[in-house]
Amino acid sequence: MNFERIKEKLNILADAAKYDVSCASSGSNRKNTNKGLGNSTGMGICHSYTEDGRCVSLLKILLTNHCIYDCAYCVTRKSNDVKRAAFKIQEVVDLTINFYRRNYIEGLFLSSGIFKSPDHTMERLVQVAKKLRLEENFNGYIHLKSIPGCSDELMYEAGLYADRLSVNIEVPTISGLKLLAPEKKHEDFTKPMLKVKNELIRYNNERKIIKSTPKYAPAGQSTQMIVGATGETDKDIMYSATYYYKQFHMKRVYYSGYVPVIQDERLPSVTSQVPMLRENRLYQTDWLLRFYGFSITEILDKNHPNLDPDVDPKLSWALRNLHLFPVDINTAEKHMLLRIPGLGVKSAHKIIQARKYRKLNWEHLKKLGVALNRAQYFIRCTAKDQVRKDLPAERIKGLILQNSTGKFRSNFSTQLSLFN
Amino acid sequence: MNSFATTLVYDGSFNGFLTTVFIAFEEKLHVADIQKEYQAQSGLFSNTETVFTDNSKAERVWNGLKKKNYNTLTSIYFAFLSENEGIEFILYCFIKTMMAQQNFKGIDYGDASALHISQLAKKVGREKHRMEAFVRFQLTKDQIYFANIEPDFNVLPLISKHFKNRYADQEWLIYDTKRKYGIYYDLHKVEMVDLELNEIHFNRTRKSEVFEENEYQYQNLWTNYFNSTNIKSRINKKLHQQHVPKRYWKYLSEKKDAV
Ligand code: SF4
Repeated sequence: MNFERIKEKLNILADAAKYDVSCASSGSNRKNTNKGLGNSTGMGICHSYTEDGRCVSLLKILLTNHCIYDCAYCVTRKSNDVKRAAFKIQEVVDLTINFYRRNYIEGLFLSSGIFKSPDHTMERLVQVAKKLRLEENFNGYIHLKSIPGCSDELMYEAGLYADRLSVNIEVPTISGLKLLAPEKKHEDFTKPMLKVKNELIRYNNERKIIKSTPKYAPAGQSTQMIVGATGETDKDIMYSATYYYKQFHMKRVYYSGYVPVIQDERLPSVTSQVPMLRENRLYQTDWLLRFYGFSITEILDKNHPNLDPDVDPKLSWALRNLHLFPVDINTAEKHMLLRIPGLGVKSAHKIIQARKYRKLNWEHLKKLGVALNRAQYFIRCTAKDQVRKDLPAERIKGLILQNSTGKFRSNFSTQLSLFN
Repeated sequence: MNSFATTLVYDGSFNGFLTTVFIAFEEKLHVADIQKEYQAQSGLFSNTETVFTDNSKAERVWNGLKKKNYNTLTSIYFAFLSENEGIEFILYCFIKTMMAQQNFKGIDYGDASALHISQLAKKVGREKHRMEAFVRFQLTKDQIYFANIEPDFNVLPLISKHFKNRYADQEWLIYDTKRKYGIYYDLHKVEMVDLELNEIHFNRTRKSEVFEENEYQYQNLWTNYFNSTNIKSRINKKLHQQHVPKRYWKYLSEKKDAV
């Protein structure tokens, strides 16, 4: 191996791949077979964290950053003047194995610029995965990017070796897509998704009859949307996320605050800030949908097309629905406990467990780790006590903000955006 | 019943602790404290009795607890590995209450010592995950993947299964520099090994003769990768340090330049 040459390629092709935020390596169930190398069962592991605080769990690279397309939001676009490089298939295999053996990573996340044609590119990606599985007996995690516009046959083969497949929709609205990626059609994205969804359903059904049915993309599929590149609302983003969750059985939708990399009149200027607070609020909303039993129409609608930057979406919802509170901690059902601001899934579970033994009071809640600075306005422990005393929503919000330090408050004062 | 309180002294192993619990129950002792051999101090008003580890007795206690509630058993084991001062006695009292209950309903989070145990167990669990993540193997000339770690708690027994399942086709050794023992996998089974290493292989040490020629090339590639995958405009050092506390940096090759 020529380490100097590899290092150069790695720098270019890791740099170009980093804007894909997904680094999940969980949700698969590939066991180590025949004393091979690796396993990917259950929870993924973050082996390190970048200085921007993101999990490093996979070797995330492009096979090449040569590309025949010119999508406006992408560093790899044809018209961008950057250094280009390409890995050989065997080089990616060797890197993956050697990193994995040293416990640096959970596996590989391989994407690529499109060279020659979508099929030609996809075929190479599949070859890497196939080699890892069949020649190296590798059972670690493999995430392959599906190249928009590639054939169903290749998508089928990809699923035989990969744990997860993803196509990034990137632009949440069709009009935005026309503007920023005019060479791509919406169907180019949805066709591979549909194929994966159908295969997943087929394999699951077969497994019910024949237990030894081989695996097909056991960690499912995911997608990513760029936030803040085309002037879309939070409602646009979350409604299309919901659509992808339902329509294509997505395991995850990722939201990636647009990082301005190139000057282009269709895009925010290169000096604009990455909308990290907004991205954070979108993730919070996503969690409410997936784990807290909320439906999207409760959080965003015509009258509230954007999330409140000041407070998290659950608190914001609660403030609009004060008639449902206070909730009695000692008697409320789980789904209602989950709707209390400041109270997470774990605390809800602990409360249910602890109240089997005794009636809980404020002291207990504090010890259990409930964020009382937020929760106190929405709960009571006995029929008698009620802290909230029918304060109006605005007042509660003010009190909570006064007594909390949001993680973005200092660097991303919302005051700023008022003057733009 | 013995009218004097007894301080039980055991060898410091988990099986030793379970044997102690067995003996305390069987002899209906009034337990004053449970101490590790090498830390034992005799109390003024108590007898001292040394317990000899007996795996079959330990197993009986283990099985008895398992029948009550599996999750609680895990919490007990994890909390024990925290090596917190006085943890044995707290666990002993907890086990006593637990065994006395007809229908055990799971950990009572409203009870102070139960909550304490579950919190300790959680900390140990977090350290287990950290070590599963932060172990960095370096390949030696005799083809053993070697890592040294310095965990806050005694988690080697907890991570052994994970590494055995994952690295089934390579020999490896993970060494705890603080507790001076390691776990070694020889392609068949994992064994505990006592050894005194004369050199700790921090990431900052000069190139050692012990390792393969290419080892440092791969460390170099990894560090490079780590740096290129960072997005500068999103920098958030506070979050970074929260995830990777500084005390672990010296063992992480990607943090070489930062140490
Ligand atoms: S096809 Fe992919 S790699 Fe090429 S410019 Fe568009 S987004 Fe970038």
